[in-house]
Amino acid sequence: MTHQRKKMRTETDTLSAAALSRRGFLKGAATAGVAALTLGVTARGVLAAAPAGADTVFNPFVSIGRDGTVTVIAKHFEMGQGTTTGLTTLVAEELDADWAQMKSAFAPADNSRYANTFLGAQGTGGSTAIANSYLQYRKAGAAARDMLVRAAAARWKVTPDSITLRDGILTSGKKRGTFADFVQAAAALTPPQDPVLKTPDQFRLIGVDHAAARKGHTGPGRKDSSGKTDGSARFAMDVHLPGMVYAVLVRPPQFGATVTGFDDSAARALPGFVAAHALPNKAGVAVFARSTWQAFKAREAITAQWDLSKAEGRSSAEITEALRQAAAKAELPVQNGPRRADITAAAAGAARTIEAEFSVPFLAHAPMEPLNCVIEPTATGVRLHDGCQFPAITQPTVAAILGLKPEQVEITTLYAGGSFGRRATPTSDYHAEAAMAFALLGGKTPVKLVWSREDDIKGGYYRSAALHSARIGLTADGGIAGWDHRIATKSILKGSPFEAVMVHDGIDETSVEGVKGSLYTLPEMAISLTDFVTPVPVLWWRSVGHTHTGFVMESLIDMIAAETGKDPLETRLSLLNPAAPTPQQARMAGVIRTARTLAGWGQPVVPGKARGFASHLSFNTYVAMVVDISIDGTTVHVDHVHAAVDCGVAVNPDVIRAQIEGGVGFALSAALRGEITLDKGQVAQSNFPDYEPLRLTEMPKVSVEIVRSAEAPSGIGEPGVPPVAPALANALFAATGKRVTTLPFSTAGFRFV
Amino acid sequence: MSNITLSVNGKPQTVDVDPDTPLLWVLRDTLMLTGTKFGCGVAACGACTVHLDGVPTRACQTAVGDVGAARITTIEGAAASVKTDKVAAAVQSAWQDADVVQCGYCQSGQIMAAIGLLRETPKPTDAEIDTALNGNLCRCATYVRIRAAVHLAATRLEA
Repeated sequence: MTHQRKKMRTETDTLSAAALSRRGFLKGAATAGVAALTLGVTARGVLAAAPAGADTVFNPFVSIGRDGTVTVIAKHFEMGQGTTTGLTTLVAEELDADWAQMKSAFAPADNSRYANTFLGAQGTGGSTAIANSYLQYRKAGAAARDMLVRAAAARWKVTPDSITLRDGILTSGKKRGTFADFVQAAAALTPPQDPVLKTPDQFRLIGVDHAAARKGHTGPGRKDSSGKTDGSARFAMDVHLPGMVYAVLVRPPQFGATVTGFDDSAARALPGFVAAHALPNKAGVAVFARSTWQAFKAREAITAQWDLSKAEGRSSAEITEALRQAAAKAELPVQNGPRRADITAAAAGAARTIEAEFSVPFLAHAPMEPLNCVIEPTATGVRLHDGCQFPAITQPTVAAILGLKPEQVEITTLYAGGSFGRRATPTSDYHAEAAMAFALLGGKTPVKLVWSREDDIKGGYYRSAALHSARIGLTADGGIAGWDHRIATKSILKGSPFEAVMVHDGIDETSVEGVKGSLYTLPEMAISLTDFVTPVPVLWWRSVGHTHTGFVMESLIDMIAAETGKDPLETRLSLLNPAAPTPQQARMAGVIRTARTLAGWGQPVVPGKARGFASHLSFNTYVAMVVDISIDGTTVHVDHVHAAVDCGVAVNPDVIRAQIEGGVGFALSAALRGEITLDKGQVAQSNFPDYEPLRLTEMPKVSVEIVRSAEAPSGIGEPGVPPVAPALANALFAATGKRVTTLPFSTAGFRFV
Repeated sequence: MSNITLSVNGKPQTVDVDPDTPLLWVLRDTLMLTGTKFGCGVAACGACTVHLDGVPTRACQTAVGDVGAARITTIEGAAASVKTDKVAAAVQSAWQDADVVQCGYCQSGQIMAAIGLLRETPKPTDAEIDTALNGNLCRCATYVRIRAAVHLAATRLEA
């Protein structure tokens, strides 16, 4: 989900026409407490306010209760990336509120008010949550501040200019008051059309590092910490409704198989069994029971028959070979440059060629909370309880299945136990399953649809397997004479609602991002793409196309450095047009130099240790990393990752640090041993013992330096992932001389401890 | 199905379930103590960690019929005891001050494992932390902070 702001707006119109509900907001405000003042920015950017309950068209982000509690209505879900803290910080900053009086609540599904302004639809993805909200939420906070100050000025009979507001306390001379004192009077005022925002030198919360709290200072710590440490934080998995029935699916043994029949006679004898019905789309059999455990046991007792005629039946080795053949076809030209034959001819006269094939496997996201959601009937339609990542897709999808209008589908968003992209399927897959199950049971009974971990690991929507084939010709002086780069992978977007806006001339941007648009000055570069076709459903996985393009590009640059005998880090700087860099190149060079200093790059490396470097731009954020390893033969421990980051204004530095730490660990899980493989079409892995995320002992030390920047905030949830695998590959090369181009590294004979 | 009486967070609770049912699902679906999480169902992730007589135990692999008179403590019980239980208080406050959590789904299990460790070993080394917590997966990879928070809690207990 990248970067096509202008074109995405076209889709805004289509999608927002589908969902215009005010009712949803009013419910949201009600859950936020006794709301006396609510305000925000309408779709047109005009500020509006009204007392709670008033039937006024507005788009609220801020609600202030009679007790002075400020509730920030978060239009983005929280999967751990820190959005609720970030959005709350933006409002609290401009409102000059005390951090302790700030709360957050999740917005209802309402595309007209809560659209992601970059994506044009309500949803979280592409590391855009803070970036697209940065001005919107600050304006909402500034408008509330303006109204509170004017209300105080009127009561105290002073000019607004004479009032100071700090940490939630208004003062003028000897007069002193709180938000609670003025919230009702403020609600009656006309909101400012264009409230004045602070200049960065006036920030008291934005940019404050909560990590300093451990040294006795205070800062805006995470708003979700207490609930997530006392068991009270609610995830969809925790929802229990009276009379609720639990549903699990008997799922196909191979992707693309359809159910032709089933036998539930043994299940009928089990306690708690309610019913079993084939899904109308033949994708499986829904099994209903009185508890989660009873549903799992009933499912085990059911046998199903499948039509495998359109199913994926290949094994992983055959898929890799098919990807290889696809890449060789170079069907879709992404960028023109010299082709292979030309490079070979040029190289024959010049110097050397580098030729390499890179291969990456399917990967499951495996969020800790297995997929699930609850659907219940309401007086006017249904309500979905979900860690909902993309309401703009889920709402119309569920509505279509149930024969409802989108606005008849309310969504209550809860915390999501991780996602990494998995909860934002263009098909809204698990919500659709829940809606079908709910309908099969008659549409009157609340249903909780639950995936087991095995369902999750075997269930598809993987990061696509991909293969890159590159040939680079070098001139005698080490310059790049030509670069032919061929990619084969399955398109995420083709056939989805995003196709119209993010597929151009047949090229799925998410298949080539990170190779296309490289910041390196590589004038003689040809890039081509061939779509790979398989029934295996694929999806964005934390950092999307950059998961493989970052690995390939940063390995290739390292290979160029090795071939030309230059320092890998200096090679990168030399390719960033040092004499006259673009602003982007300058920022990339900035993080590279910062990482160089942070890690002490260039110091002698002792025997048994090695280090590798990589840097990559994704989601408008620049990251450079040095990875330090200990190595004994083929046994490797990743010791330390030094990361330099430029993500524009750092709203919550400690959240940014946490996202880099987590991104490193997430990327290492995949790089060391993560792979989903197929054996005659059947997924070979089934649960954490054979698809094992990184564990505590494997986690390296992580040092993060955030480059100071006045640029607009950019993404942080994903950009920490892409440099990890190539930096590790480059460290392994530095240690062994062995260039690993196939992920995971365990397949190359390395053992990680 | 049969009536089984359990001691949960200091209170007797009688449930009518099959004795083979994992304690995890009795806690979550019958007693509505949802702070204990389902992550894998095969004792590979630790999200379901509770204490049985103070010992960290995987609730997904504990048949409710086998619990007997053992005292069950869940994250809710640990959280309720912070005024009287120094270890629980130190762990919870350290977790909050270090801002350990991201998605938070595994953290109940992490915290129960950490409390169990610090009761036995008030000043754990990194190796002891590894042994006690390596079975608790965190897909957000908050491990750097988990380790730091255990050390922070230990420091506070010492003070």
